[in-house]
Amino acid sequence: MPYWACVAGIAMISCERRVNTAPTHFGYGRPATKQEIAAKAIAIRPDGKGLPAGSGTVQHGAVIYAGKCASCHGVTGTEGPFNVLVAPDTADAVPFDRAPQRIKAIGNYWPYATTVFDYVRRAMPFNAPGSLSDNEVYSLTAYLLYANKLIDSSTVMNAKTLPGVIMPARKYYVTDNRNGGDGPYE
Amino acid sequence: MSQKMTRRRLLLGGAATAAVAMVKSSFGKMVQTGIPEAAMDPTRQVGPLPGVLGTRSPFEHPQRKASLTSSQTPLQDLYGIITPSDLHFERHHAGVPAIDPNTYELTIHGMVDRPTVFSLADLKRFPAVSRICFIECSGNFRKPDKETITPQDICGLTSQSEWTGVMLSTIFREVGVDPKATWFLAEGSDAAVMTRSIPVSKGWDDAMIVYAQNGEAIRPQQGYPARLLLPGWEGNTSIKWLRRIELSDGPFMTREETSKYTEPIKDGKIRQFSFTMDARSIITYPAYPVQLQKGWVEIRGIAWSGRGKITGVEISTNAGKSWQAARLQEPVMDKAHTCFRYLWQWDGDTTEIMSRAIDETGYIQPSLKELITARGIGTGYHLNPVTAWLIKRGGEVVYRPEKWK
Repeated sequence: MPYWACVAGIAMISCERRVNTAPTHFGYGRPATKQEIAAKAIAIRPDGKGLPAGSGTVQHGAVIYAGKCASCHGVTGTEGPFNVLVAPDTADAVPFDRAPQRIKAIGNYWPYATTVFDYVRRAMPFNAPGSLSDNEVYSLTAYLLYANKLIDSSTVMNAKTLPGVIMPARKYYVTDNRNGGDGPYE
Repeated sequence: MSQKMTRRRLLLGGAATAAVAMVKSSFGKMVQTGIPEAAMDPTRQVGPLPGVLGTRSPFEHPQRKASLTSSQTPLQDLYGIITPSDLHFERHHAGVPAIDPNTYELTIHGMVDRPTVFSLADLKRFPAVSRICFIECSGNFRKPDKETITPQDICGLTSQSEWTGVMLSTIFREVGVDPKATWFLAEGSDAAVMTRSIPVSKGWDDAMIVYAQNGEAIRPQQGYPARLLLPGWEGNTSIKWLRRIELSDGPFMTREETSKYTEPIKDGKIRQFSFTMDARSIITYPAYPVQLQKGWVEIRGIAWSGRGKITGVEISTNAGKSWQAARLQEPVMDKAHTCFRYLWQWDGDTTEIMSRAIDETGYIQPSLKELITARGIGTGYHLNPVTAWLIKRGGEVVYRPEKWK
Protein backbone atom coordinates (compact mmCIF):
# COMPACT_ATOMS: atom_id res chain seq x y z
CA MET A 1 0.00 0.00 0.00
CA PRO A 2 1.46 3.41 -0.96
CA TYR A 3 2.33 5.80 1.79
CA TRP A 4 -0.45 8.26 0.96
CA ALA A 5 -3.05 5.48 1.28
CA CYS A 6 -1.80 4.66 4.77
CA VAL A 7 -2.04 8.28 5.83
CA ALA A 8 -5.51 8.60 4.33
CA GLY A 9 -6.57 5.41 6.10
CA ILE A 10 -5.35 6.64 9.46
CA ALA A 11 -7.05 9.98 8.88
CA MET A 12 -10.34 8.22 8.16
CA ILE A 13 -10.06 6.08 11.30
CA SER A 14 -9.35 9.18 13.37
CA CYS A 15 -12.42 10.92 11.96
CA GLU A 16 -14.59 7.96 12.72
CA ARG A 17 -13.27 7.80 16.30
CA ARG A 18 -13.99 11.45 16.80
CA VAL A 19 -17.65 10.87 15.93
CA ASN A 20 -17.89 8.27 18.70
CA THR A 21 -16.04 10.28 21.33
CA ALA A 22 -18.03 10.66 24.54
CA PRO A 23 -19.36 14.12 25.25
CA THR A 24 -17.92 15.99 28.22
CA HIS A 25 -21.43 16.74 29.35
CA PHE A 26 -24.31 14.27 29.18
CA GLY A 27 -26.90 16.47 30.85
CA TYR A 28 -27.87 13.80 33.37
CA GLY A 29 -29.03 14.70 36.87
CA ARG A 30 -30.71 17.88 37.98
CA PRO A 31 -29.21 21.16 39.24
CA ALA A 32 -28.70 21.29 43.00
CA THR A 33 -30.35 24.38 44.48
CA LYS A 34 -28.50 26.69 46.87
CA GLN A 35 -31.01 25.83 49.59
CA GLU A 36 -30.54 22.08 49.38
CA ILE A 37 -26.76 22.42 49.26
CA ALA A 38 -26.88 24.61 52.38
CA ALA A 39 -28.98 21.96 54.13
CA LYS A 40 -26.65 19.12 53.17
CA ALA A 41 -23.18 20.70 53.37
CA ILE A 42 -22.46 20.01 57.03
CA ALA A 43 -18.69 19.50 56.86
CA ILE A 44 -16.50 21.87 58.87
CA ARG A 45 -13.08 22.84 57.60
CA PRO A 46 -10.09 23.40 59.90
CA ASP A 47 -10.22 27.14 59.16
CA GLY A 48 -13.78 27.17 60.52
CA LYS A 49 -15.49 27.40 57.14
CA GLY A 50 -18.86 25.69 57.49
CA LEU A 51 -19.32 26.38 61.19
CA PRO A 52 -22.91 27.44 61.92
CA ALA A 53 -24.18 30.37 63.95
CA GLY A 54 -24.63 29.84 67.66
CA SER A 55 -22.34 29.26 70.63
CA GLY A 56 -21.79 27.08 73.67
CA THR A 57 -20.21 27.10 77.11
CA VAL A 58 -18.15 24.65 79.13
CA GLN A 59 -20.77 24.63 81.89
CA HIS A 60 -23.66 23.76 79.60
CA GLY A 61 -21.48 21.19 77.88
CA ALA A 62 -20.72 19.47 81.17
CA VAL A 63 -24.43 18.98 81.80
CA ILE A 64 -25.06 17.55 78.32
CA TYR A 65 -22.00 15.35 78.62
CA ALA A 66 -23.19 13.84 81.90
CA GLY A 67 -26.60 13.09 80.43
CA LYS A 68 -25.76 11.89 76.93
CA CYS A 69 -22.10 10.92 76.73
CA ALA A 70 -20.82 9.67 80.08
CA SER A 71 -22.49 6.25 79.83
CA CYS A 72 -20.17 5.35 76.90
CA HIS A 73 -17.12 7.54 77.51
CA GLY A 74 -16.96 7.62 81.32
CA VAL A 75 -17.86 10.20 83.92
CA THR A 76 -14.71 12.24 83.29
CA GLY A 77 -14.07 11.11 79.71
CA THR A 78 -11.30 8.72 80.71
CA GLU A 79 -13.14 5.65 81.98
CA GLY A 80 -14.70 4.25 78.80
CA PRO A 81 -15.98 1.65 78.03
CA PHE A 82 -15.79 3.24 74.57
CA ASN A 83 -13.28 5.77 73.21
CA VAL A 84 -11.37 7.73 75.81
CA LEU A 85 -11.93 11.41 75.04
CA VAL A 86 -9.83 13.13 77.68
CA ALA A 87 -6.09 12.63 77.31
CA PRO A 88 -4.24 11.38 80.38
CA ASP A 89 -1.11 13.28 79.29
CA THR A 90 -0.05 16.12 77.00
CA ALA A 91 0.80 15.95 73.30
CA ASP A 92 4.49 16.32 74.19
CA ALA A 93 4.69 13.27 76.47
CA VAL A 94 6.73 10.22 75.43
CA PRO A 95 6.31 9.65 71.64
CA PHE A 96 3.63 7.16 70.62
CA ASP A 97 6.07 5.05 68.60
CA ARG A 98 7.89 4.23 71.83
CA ALA A 99 4.75 3.87 73.95
CA PRO A 100 2.20 1.84 71.96
CA GLN A 101 -0.13 1.51 74.95
CA ARG A 102 -0.38 5.27 75.33
CA ILE A 103 -3.95 6.47 74.96
CA LYS A 104 -4.74 8.72 72.01
CA ALA A 105 -7.37 11.33 72.83
CA ILE A 106 -8.41 14.83 71.87
CA GLY A 107 -5.82 16.66 73.96
CA ASN A 108 -2.76 14.66 72.99
CA TYR A 109 -3.55 13.42 69.47
CA TRP A 110 -6.23 15.40 67.63
CA PRO A 111 -4.67 18.04 65.34
CA TYR A 112 -7.73 20.30 64.80
CA ALA A 113 -10.39 21.50 67.25
CA THR A 114 -12.95 21.91 64.45
CA THR A 115 -12.98 18.11 64.03
CA VAL A 116 -14.60 17.75 67.44
CA PHE A 117 -17.57 19.87 66.39
CA ASP A 118 -17.86 18.19 62.99
CA TYR A 119 -17.73 14.66 64.36
CA VAL A 120 -20.01 15.16 67.36
CA ARG A 121 -22.62 16.84 65.19
CA ARG A 122 -22.62 14.14 62.50
CA ALA A 123 -22.20 10.97 64.54
CA MET A 124 -22.92 11.42 68.24
CA PRO A 125 -24.48 10.38 70.55
CA PHE A 126 -24.02 6.87 69.15
CA ASN A 127 -27.60 5.89 70.02
CA ALA A 128 -29.12 9.13 68.66
CA PRO A 129 -26.83 10.60 65.99
CA GLY A 130 -27.87 13.94 64.58
CA SER A 131 -30.08 14.74 67.57
CA LEU A 132 -28.04 17.59 69.06
CA SER A 133 -28.67 21.26 68.26
CA ASP A 134 -25.78 23.38 67.02
CA ASN A 135 -25.63 25.18 70.38
CA GLU A 136 -25.47 21.84 72.19
CA VAL A 137 -22.63 20.73 69.92
CA TYR A 138 -20.76 23.98 70.60
CA SER A 139 -21.22 23.42 74.33
CA LEU A 140 -20.05 19.80 74.19
CA THR A 141 -17.06 20.86 72.11
CA ALA A 142 -16.24 23.53 74.70
CA TYR A 143 -16.52 21.02 77.53
CA LEU A 144 -14.31 18.43 75.79
CA LEU A 145 -11.64 21.01 74.94
CA TYR A 146 -11.75 22.28 78.51
CA ALA A 147 -11.50 18.77 79.98
CA ASN A 148 -8.44 18.26 77.77
CA LYS A 149 -6.91 21.49 79.19
CA LEU A 150 -6.98 23.21 75.80
CA ILE A 151 -9.24 26.14 76.80
CA ASP A 152 -10.21 27.63 80.15
CA SER A 153 -13.63 27.29 81.73
CA SER A 154 -14.86 30.72 80.65
CA THR A 155 -14.04 30.45 76.94
CA VAL A 156 -17.17 30.47 74.79
CA MET A 157 -17.08 28.34 71.65
CA ASN A 158 -18.49 29.76 68.43
CA ALA A 159 -17.59 30.00 64.74
CA LYS A 160 -14.88 32.57 65.55
CA THR A 161 -13.22 31.05 68.62
CA LEU A 162 -13.26 27.32 67.77
CA PRO A 163 -10.84 27.40 64.78
CA GLY A 164 -8.41 29.44 66.91
CA VAL A 165 -7.99 26.78 69.62
CA ILE A 166 -4.38 25.60 69.51
CA MET A 167 -4.03 21.83 69.29
CA PRO A 168 -0.56 20.86 70.50
CA ALA A 169 -0.44 17.53 68.63
CA ARG A 170 -0.72 19.23 65.24
CA LYS A 171 3.01 19.91 64.97
CA TYR A 172 3.71 16.17 64.90
CA TYR A 173 1.59 15.50 61.80
CA VAL A 174 3.35 14.68 58.53
CA THR A 175 1.92 13.63 55.18
CA ASP A 176 2.48 10.08 53.94
CA ASN A 177 5.98 9.55 52.61
CA ARG A 178 5.69 5.97 51.38
CA ASN A 179 6.29 5.51 47.68
CA GLY A 180 6.77 1.79 47.17
CA GLY A 181 9.84 0.90 45.12
CA ASP A 182 12.93 -0.86 46.36
CA GLY A 183 14.19 1.89 48.65
CA PRO A 184 14.19 1.73 52.45
CA TYR A 185 10.87 0.88 54.12
CA GLU A 186 8.96 3.88 55.37
CA MET B 1 -21.52 -33.85 36.34
CA SER B 2 -22.81 -30.39 36.98
CA GLN B 3 -25.92 -31.18 34.93
CA LYS B 4 -26.64 -34.16 37.08
CA MET B 5 -25.91 -32.23 40.23
CA THR B 6 -28.22 -29.47 39.12
CA ARG B 7 -31.11 -31.81 38.46
CA ARG B 8 -30.71 -33.52 41.76
CA ARG B 9 -29.51 -30.48 43.58
CA LEU B 10 -30.13 -30.13 47.25
CA LEU B 11 -31.48 -26.96 48.78
CA LEU B 12 -29.32 -25.41 51.41
CA GLY B 13 -30.86 -25.68 54.85
CA GLY B 14 -28.99 -22.78 56.42
CA ALA B 15 -26.25 -24.05 58.66
CA ALA B 16 -28.21 -27.17 59.54
CA THR B 17 -26.53 -30.51 59.11
CA ALA B 18 -29.61 -32.08 57.52
CA ALA B 19 -30.08 -31.51 53.81
CA VAL B 20 -33.39 -30.19 52.54
CA ALA B 21 -35.42 -31.44 49.60
CA MET B 22 -38.67 -30.35 47.98
CA VAL B 23 -41.57 -32.81 48.05
CA LYS B 24 -45.19 -32.53 47.05
CA SER B 25 -47.55 -32.17 49.99
CA SER B 26 -51.03 -33.68 50.03
CA PHE B 27 -52.30 -30.34 48.70
CA GLY B 28 -50.02 -30.56 45.69
CA LYS B 29 -47.76 -27.72 46.88
CA MET B 30 -44.01 -28.06 46.87
CA VAL B 31 -42.72 -27.95 50.41
CA GLN B 32 -39.27 -28.33 51.88
CA THR B 33 -38.45 -31.31 54.01
CA GLY B 34 -35.31 -32.34 55.80
CA ILE B 35 -33.35 -35.40 54.79
CA PRO B 36 -30.66 -36.84 57.04
CA GLU B 37 -27.41 -36.57 55.06
CA ALA B 38 -26.08 -40.00 55.89
CA ALA B 39 -29.24 -41.92 55.01
CA MET B 40 -29.60 -40.39 51.57
CA ASP B 41 -28.86 -42.15 48.31
CA PRO B 42 -29.13 -39.36 45.72
CA THR B 43 -29.90 -41.82 42.95
CA ARG B 44 -33.06 -43.04 44.67
CA GLN B 45 -34.80 -39.80 45.42
CA VAL B 46 -35.73 -36.99 43.04
CA GLY B 47 -34.15 -33.79 44.25
CA PRO B 48 -35.58 -30.32 44.36
CA LEU B 49 -36.70 -28.80 41.06
CA PRO B 50 -35.20 -25.58 39.69
CA GLY B 51 -35.61 -22.69 42.11
CA VAL B 52 -35.50 -18.93 41.87
CA LEU B 53 -32.30 -18.58 43.88
CA GLY B 54 -29.27 -20.84 44.04
CA THR B 55 -27.81 -22.12 47.26
CA ARG B 56 -24.56 -23.38 48.68
CA SER B 57 -24.15 -27.09 49.21
CA PRO B 58 -25.42 -27.97 52.67
CA PHE B 59 -21.97 -29.42 53.25
CA GLU B 60 -20.26 -26.03 52.81
CA HIS B 61 -20.33 -23.47 55.60
CA PRO B 62 -17.92 -20.64 54.83
CA GLN B 63 -18.43 -17.87 57.34
CA ARG B 64 -17.07 -14.50 58.13
CA LYS B 65 -15.79 -13.96 61.64
CA ALA B 66 -17.76 -11.10 63.12
CA SER B 67 -16.90 -8.76 65.97
CA LEU B 68 -18.62 -5.56 67.11
CA THR B 69 -16.70 -3.53 64.55
CA SER B 70 -15.97 -5.80 61.60
CA SER B 71 -16.35 -9.20 60.03
CA GLN B 72 -13.46 -10.96 58.33
CA THR B 73 -13.38 -12.90 55.08
CA PRO B 74 -12.49 -16.62 55.44
CA LEU B 75 -9.49 -16.41 53.08
CA GLN B 76 -8.51 -20.02 53.79
CA ASP B 77 -11.87 -21.29 52.47
CA LEU B 78 -11.79 -19.46 49.14
CA TYR B 79 -10.57 -20.45 45.66
CA GLY B 80 -9.52 -18.09 42.90
CA ILE B 81 -9.62 -14.33 43.23
CA ILE B 82 -13.27 -13.33 43.65
CA THR B 83 -14.70 -13.09 47.14
CA PRO B 84 -18.32 -14.26 47.16
CA SER B 85 -20.31 -11.12 47.94
CA ASP B 86 -21.78 -12.49 51.15
CA LEU B 87 -18.27 -13.25 52.39
CA HIS B 88 -16.82 -9.80 51.59
CA PHE B 89 -15.42 -8.30 54.77
CA GLU B 90 -17.42 -5.65 56.58
CA ARG B 91 -16.16 -2.64 58.44
CA HIS B 92 -18.46 0.20 59.29
CA HIS B 93 -18.74 2.62 62.13
CA ALA B 94 -22.44 2.82 62.93
CA GLY B 95 -24.10 -0.19 61.33
CA VAL B 96 -25.53 -0.84 57.88
CA PRO B 97 -28.11 1.73 56.74
CA ALA B 98 -31.23 0.75 54.80
CA ILE B 99 -31.44 3.01 51.75
CA ASP B 100 -34.28 3.07 49.25
CA PRO B 101 -32.74 3.13 45.76
CA ASN B 102 -35.76 5.04 44.46
CA THR B 103 -35.15 8.00 46.74
CA TYR B 104 -31.34 7.74 46.78
CA GLU B 105 -29.54 10.93 45.75
CA LEU B 106 -25.91 11.89 45.28
CA THR B 107 -25.19 15.61 45.51
CA ILE B 108 -21.99 17.03 44.02
CA HIS B 109 -21.16 20.65 44.78
CA GLY B 110 -18.44 23.01 45.98
CA MET B 111 -15.79 24.01 43.42
CA VAL B 112 -17.77 22.88 40.37
CA ASP B 113 -19.45 24.74 37.51
CA ARG B 114 -22.73 22.83 37.80
CA PRO B 115 -23.73 21.64 41.30
CA THR B 116 -25.82 18.56 40.52
CA VAL B 117 -28.03 15.98 42.18
CA PHE B 118 -27.90 12.51 40.63
CA SER B 119 -30.40 9.73 41.18
CA LEU B 120 -29.29 6.11 41.03
CA ALA B 121 -30.88 5.88 37.59
CA ASP B 122 -28.83 8.91 36.49
CA LEU B 123 -25.60 7.24 37.64
CA LYS B 124 -26.53 4.09 35.72
CA ARG B 125 -27.07 6.06 32.50
CA PHE B 126 -23.43 7.15 32.31
CA PRO B 127 -20.96 4.99 30.38
CA ALA B 128 -20.31 2.01 32.64
CA VAL B 129 -17.00 0.44 33.55
CA SER B 130 -16.25 -2.84 35.32
CA ARG B 131 -13.03 -3.67 37.07
CA ILE B 132 -11.75 -6.25 39.49
CA CYS B 133 -9.81 -4.97 42.48
CA PHE B 134 -9.36 -5.62 46.16
CA ILE B 135 -10.57 -3.49 49.02
CA GLU B 136 -8.48 -3.82 52.17
CA CYS B 137 -8.93 -2.16 55.53
CA SER B 138 -5.73 -0.39 56.64
CA GLY B 139 -6.24 -1.95 60.06
CA ASN B 140 -5.93 -5.42 58.50
CA PHE B 141 -3.38 -6.77 60.91
CA ARG B 142 -3.49 -8.76 64.08
CA LYS B 143 -0.74 -8.33 66.63
CA PRO B 144 1.16 -11.63 66.62
CA ASP B 145 0.22 -13.09 69.95
CA LYS B 146 -0.57 -16.79 69.55
CA GLU B 147 -0.18 -19.85 67.33
CA THR B 148 -3.83 -20.74 66.85
CA ILE B 149 -4.92 -18.08 64.37
CA THR B 150 -6.05 -18.52 60.78
CA PRO B 151 -5.47 -16.43 57.62
CA GLN B 152 -8.95 -15.03 58.31
CA ASP B 153 -7.81 -13.83 61.75
CA ILE B 154 -4.55 -12.38 60.46
CA CYS B 155 -5.75 -10.50 57.39
CA GLY B 156 -9.41 -11.26 56.67
CA LEU B 157 -10.13 -7.56 56.16
CA THR B 158 -9.30 -7.81 52.47
CA SER B 159 -11.74 -8.99 49.82
CA GLN B 160 -12.06 -8.75 46.06
CA SER B 161 -14.99 -8.16 43.76
CA GLU B 162 -15.79 -7.19 40.23
CA TRP B 163 -17.20 -3.69 40.61
CA THR B 164 -19.34 -1.93 38.03
CA GLY B 165 -20.20 1.74 37.92
CA VAL B 166 -19.15 5.04 36.41
CA MET B 167 -15.67 6.55 36.42
CA LEU B 168 -15.54 9.47 38.82
CA SER B 169 -13.66 11.38 36.09
CA THR B 170 -16.80 11.12 33.94
CA ILE B 171 -18.82 12.68 36.77
CA PHE B 172 -16.14 15.31 37.35
CA ARG B 173 -16.42 16.36 33.69
CA GLU B 174 -20.19 16.32 33.94
CA VAL B 175 -20.27 18.81 36.82
CA GLY B 176 -17.27 20.81 35.58
CA VAL B 177 -14.73 20.49 38.38
CA ASP B 178 -12.78 23.71 38.93
CA PRO B 179 -9.13 23.15 37.96
CA LYS B 180 -8.18 24.83 41.25
CA ALA B 181 -9.96 22.15 43.30
CA THR B 182 -7.37 19.91 44.98
CA TRP B 183 -9.43 17.80 47.40
CA PHE B 184 -12.92 16.45 47.62
CA LEU B 185 -14.96 15.32 50.57
CA ALA B 186 -16.85 12.04 50.22
CA GLU B 187 -19.72 11.55 52.65
CA GLY B 188 -21.80 8.47 53.40
CA SER B 189 -25.38 8.29 54.60
CA ASP B 190 -24.86 5.82 57.41
CA ALA B 191 -25.43 6.82 61.05
CA ALA B 192 -21.74 7.81 61.30
CA VAL B 193 -22.17 10.05 58.25
CA MET B 194 -18.67 8.80 57.42
CA THR B 195 -16.46 11.33 55.66
CA ARG B 196 -12.99 11.32 54.14
CA SER B 197 -11.04 13.95 52.20
CA ILE B 198 -9.57 12.63 48.95
CA PRO B 199 -7.09 14.31 46.59
CA VAL B 200 -8.84 15.29 43.35
CA SER B 201 -6.02 13.61 41.41
CA LYS B 202 -7.30 10.20 42.53
CA GLY B 203 -10.71 11.18 41.20
CA TRP B 204 -9.26 11.87 37.77
CA ASP B 205 -7.06 8.76 37.90
CA ASP B 206 -9.01 5.57 38.63
CA ALA B 207 -11.74 6.34 41.19
CA MET B 208 -15.25 5.11 40.48
CA ILE B 209 -18.76 5.38 41.81
CA VAL B 210 -19.97 1.79 41.75
CA TYR B 211 -23.44 0.33 42.06
CA ALA B 212 -22.78 -3.33 41.27
CA GLN B 213 -20.65 -6.05 42.77
CA ASN B 214 -20.00 -9.43 41.20
CA GLY B 215 -22.80 -9.11 38.69
CA GLU B 216 -25.59 -7.84 40.93
CA ALA B 217 -26.46 -4.74 42.92
CA ILE B 218 -23.95 -3.96 45.67
CA ARG B 219 -24.78 -5.63 48.96
CA PRO B 220 -26.05 -3.34 51.74
CA GLN B 221 -22.94 -4.19 53.77
CA GLN B 222 -20.78 -2.93 50.89
CA GLY B 223 -22.58 0.35 50.34
CA TYR B 224 -25.93 -0.21 48.61
CA PRO B 225 -27.01 1.44 46.44
CA ALA B 226 -23.75 3.22 45.49
CA ARG B 227 -20.30 3.69 46.94
CA LEU B 228 -17.04 5.33 46.13
CA LEU B 229 -14.31 2.93 44.98
CA LEU B 230 -10.68 4.01 45.26
CA PRO B 231 -8.63 1.08 43.92
CA GLY B 232 -5.55 0.27 45.97
CA TRP B 233 -6.34 2.74 48.75
CA GLU B 234 -7.23 1.96 52.34
CA GLY B 235 -10.79 0.69 52.46
CA ASN B 236 -12.08 3.43 54.72
CA THR B 237 -11.66 5.96 51.89
CA SER B 238 -14.02 4.04 49.58
CA ILE B 239 -17.00 5.69 51.24
CA LYS B 240 -20.09 3.48 51.24
CA TRP B 241 -23.69 4.67 50.88
CA LEU B 242 -22.23 7.72 49.12
CA ARG B 243 -24.56 10.71 49.38
CA ARG B 244 -22.38 13.77 48.84
CA ILE B 245 -19.16 14.92 47.20
CA GLU B 246 -17.86 18.42 47.92
CA LEU B 247 -14.99 19.78 45.82
CA SER B 248 -12.61 21.97 47.80
CA ASP B 249 -9.14 23.51 47.86
CA GLY B 250 -7.99 21.67 50.97
CA PRO B 251 -8.70 18.65 53.16
CA PHE B 252 -11.49 18.86 55.73
CA MET B 253 -9.55 17.09 58.53
CA THR B 254 -12.41 14.80 59.47
CA ARG B 255 -12.23 12.50 62.46
CA GLU B 256 -11.40 9.49 60.25
CA GLU B 257 -8.30 11.19 58.82
CA THR B 258 -6.98 12.71 62.05
CA SER B 259 -7.82 10.83 65.23
CA LYS B 260 -8.18 7.53 63.29
CA TYR B 261 -6.46 6.13 60.18
CA THR B 262 -3.28 8.02 61.05
CA GLU B 263 -0.22 6.31 62.43
CA PRO B 264 2.49 7.31 64.87
CA ILE B 265 5.88 6.64 63.27
CA LYS B 266 9.52 7.28 64.15
CA ASP B 267 10.63 10.40 66.02
CA GLY B 268 7.20 11.10 67.44
CA LYS B 269 5.70 11.91 64.05
CA ILE B 270 2.12 11.07 63.14
CA ARG B 271 1.64 10.03 59.52
CA GLN B 272 -1.52 11.27 57.83
CA PHE B 273 -3.22 10.60 54.50
CA SER B 274 -1.44 7.28 54.14
CA PHE B 275 -3.80 6.11 51.44
CA THR B 276 -2.01 3.40 49.48
CA MET B 277 -1.99 -0.20 50.62
CA ASP B 278 1.53 -1.66 50.41
CA ALA B 279 2.11 -5.03 48.74
CA ARG B 280 1.27 -8.07 50.79
CA SER B 281 0.77 -11.80 50.48
CA ILE B 282 -0.34 -14.66 52.66
CA ILE B 283 -0.20 -18.43 52.34
CA THR B 284 -3.78 -19.62 52.79
CA TYR B 285 -2.85 -23.30 52.47
CA PRO B 286 -1.35 -24.94 54.40
CA ALA B 287 -2.20 -22.72 57.33
CA TYR B 288 -3.66 -23.15 60.81
CA PRO B 289 -5.67 -25.34 61.52
CA VAL B 290 -4.56 -27.67 58.70
CA GLN B 291 -3.08 -31.03 59.60
CA LEU B 292 -0.43 -31.73 56.96
CA GLN B 293 0.66 -35.08 55.57
CA LYS B 294 4.15 -35.90 54.41
CA GLY B 295 4.77 -35.73 50.68
CA TRP B 296 3.74 -33.35 47.94
CA VAL B 297 1.99 -30.19 49.05
CA GLU B 298 0.77 -27.38 46.83
CA ILE B 299 1.37 -24.19 48.79
CA ARG B 300 -1.34 -21.70 47.83
CA GLY B 301 -2.15 -18.12 48.63
CA ILE B 302 -2.94 -14.62 47.44
CA ALA B 303 -0.81 -11.54 46.88
CA TRP B 304 -1.84 -7.96 46.18
CA SER B 305 -0.54 -4.40 45.98
CA GLY B 306 -2.21 -1.01 46.09
CA ARG B 307 0.50 0.32 43.78
CA GLY B 308 -0.17 -1.85 40.75
CA LYS B 309 0.36 -5.40 39.60
CA ILE B 310 2.04 -8.18 41.49
CA THR B 311 5.16 -9.12 39.53
CA GLY B 312 6.26 -12.00 41.69
CA VAL B 313 5.71 -14.00 44.82
CA GLU B 314 8.57 -15.81 46.48
CA ILE B 315 8.20 -18.77 48.79
CA SER B 316 10.54 -19.95 51.49
CA THR B 317 10.11 -23.44 52.91
CA ASN B 318 13.13 -23.15 55.21
CA ALA B 319 12.22 -20.29 57.52
CA GLY B 320 13.45 -17.57 55.17
CA LYS B 321 16.94 -18.95 54.45
CA SER B 322 16.23 -19.20 50.70
CA TRP B 323 13.40 -18.13 48.41
CA GLN B 324 11.95 -19.59 45.21
CA ALA B 325 9.51 -18.09 42.73
CA ALA B 326 5.90 -19.22 42.99
CA ARG B 327 3.69 -19.58 39.90
CA LEU B 328 1.25 -16.70 39.45
CA GLN B 329 -2.23 -17.56 38.22
CA GLU B 330 -3.56 -15.35 35.43
CA PRO B 331 -5.19 -12.91 35.37
CA VAL B 332 -2.64 -10.75 37.16
CA MET B 333 -4.38 -7.40 37.45
CA ASP B 334 -3.69 -3.90 38.67
CA LYS B 335 -4.43 -3.51 42.40
CA ALA B 336 -5.95 -6.96 42.59
CA HIS B 337 -5.65 -10.15 44.59
CA THR B 338 -3.49 -12.52 42.57
CA CYS B 339 -3.32 -16.26 43.23
CA PHE B 340 0.05 -17.95 43.62
CA ARG B 341 0.95 -21.61 43.91
CA TYR B 342 4.15 -23.49 44.68
CA LEU B 343 4.64 -27.23 44.60
CA TRP B 344 6.72 -28.55 47.48
CA GLN B 345 7.64 -31.87 49.01
CA TRP B 346 7.42 -31.87 52.78
CA ASP B 347 9.85 -34.36 54.30
CA GLY B 348 8.14 -34.44 57.67
CA ASP B 349 10.65 -32.23 59.52
CA THR B 350 9.77 -29.13 61.45
CA THR B 351 10.04 -26.03 59.28
CA GLU B 352 8.54 -22.65 58.54
CA ILE B 353 6.91 -21.67 55.26
CA MET B 354 6.29 -18.09 54.19
CA SER B 355 5.58 -15.94 51.15
CA ARG B 356 6.62 -12.45 50.11
CA ALA B 357 5.01 -10.33 47.42
CA ILE B 358 6.85 -8.13 44.94
CA ASP B 359 4.97 -5.45 43.00
CA GLU B 360 5.68 -3.55 39.81
CA THR B 361 7.38 -0.70 41.66
CA GLY B 362 10.01 -3.18 42.86
CA TYR B 363 8.67 -3.13 46.42
CA ILE B 364 9.29 -6.34 48.33
CA GLN B 365 6.94 -7.25 51.17
CA PRO B 366 8.89 -6.65 54.39
CA SER B 367 9.28 -8.71 57.54
CA LEU B 368 7.63 -7.48 60.73
CA LYS B 369 11.10 -6.65 62.04
CA GLU B 370 11.82 -4.45 59.03
CA LEU B 371 8.51 -2.62 59.50
CA ILE B 372 9.17 -2.04 63.19
CA THR B 373 12.71 -0.84 62.43
CA ALA B 374 11.29 1.67 59.96
CA ARG B 375 8.29 2.85 61.98
CA GLY B 376 8.55 1.87 65.62
CA ILE B 377 5.72 0.12 67.44
CA GLY B 378 3.19 2.92 67.64
CA THR B 379 0.71 1.78 65.02
CA GLY B 380 -1.54 -1.04 63.95
CA TYR B 381 -2.36 0.57 60.60
CA HIS B 382 -0.71 -0.32 57.28
CA LEU B 383 1.13 -3.34 58.57
CA ASN B 384 1.84 -5.87 55.84
CA PRO B 385 4.53 -8.20 57.16
CA VAL B 386 5.54 -11.57 55.78
CA THR B 387 3.46 -14.21 57.58
CA ALA B 388 5.14 -17.46 58.55
CA TRP B 389 3.43 -20.78 59.22
CA LEU B 390 5.25 -23.22 61.47
CA ILE B 391 4.88 -26.86 60.45
CA LYS B 392 5.49 -29.13 63.40
CA ARG B 393 6.86 -32.63 63.14
CA GLY B 394 3.42 -34.21 63.50
CA GLY B 395 2.05 -32.14 60.63
CA GLU B 396 0.35 -29.55 62.82
CA VAL B 397 0.42 -26.17 61.06
CA VAL B 398 0.32 -23.09 63.27
CA TYR B 399 1.01 -19.39 63.01
CA ARG B 400 4.49 -18.40 64.12
CA PRO B 401 4.05 -15.54 66.60
CA GLU B 402 6.61 -12.74 66.49
CA LYS B 403 7.76 -10.25 69.08
CA TRP B 404 6.01 -6.88 68.87
CA LYS B 405 8.99 -4.73 69.79
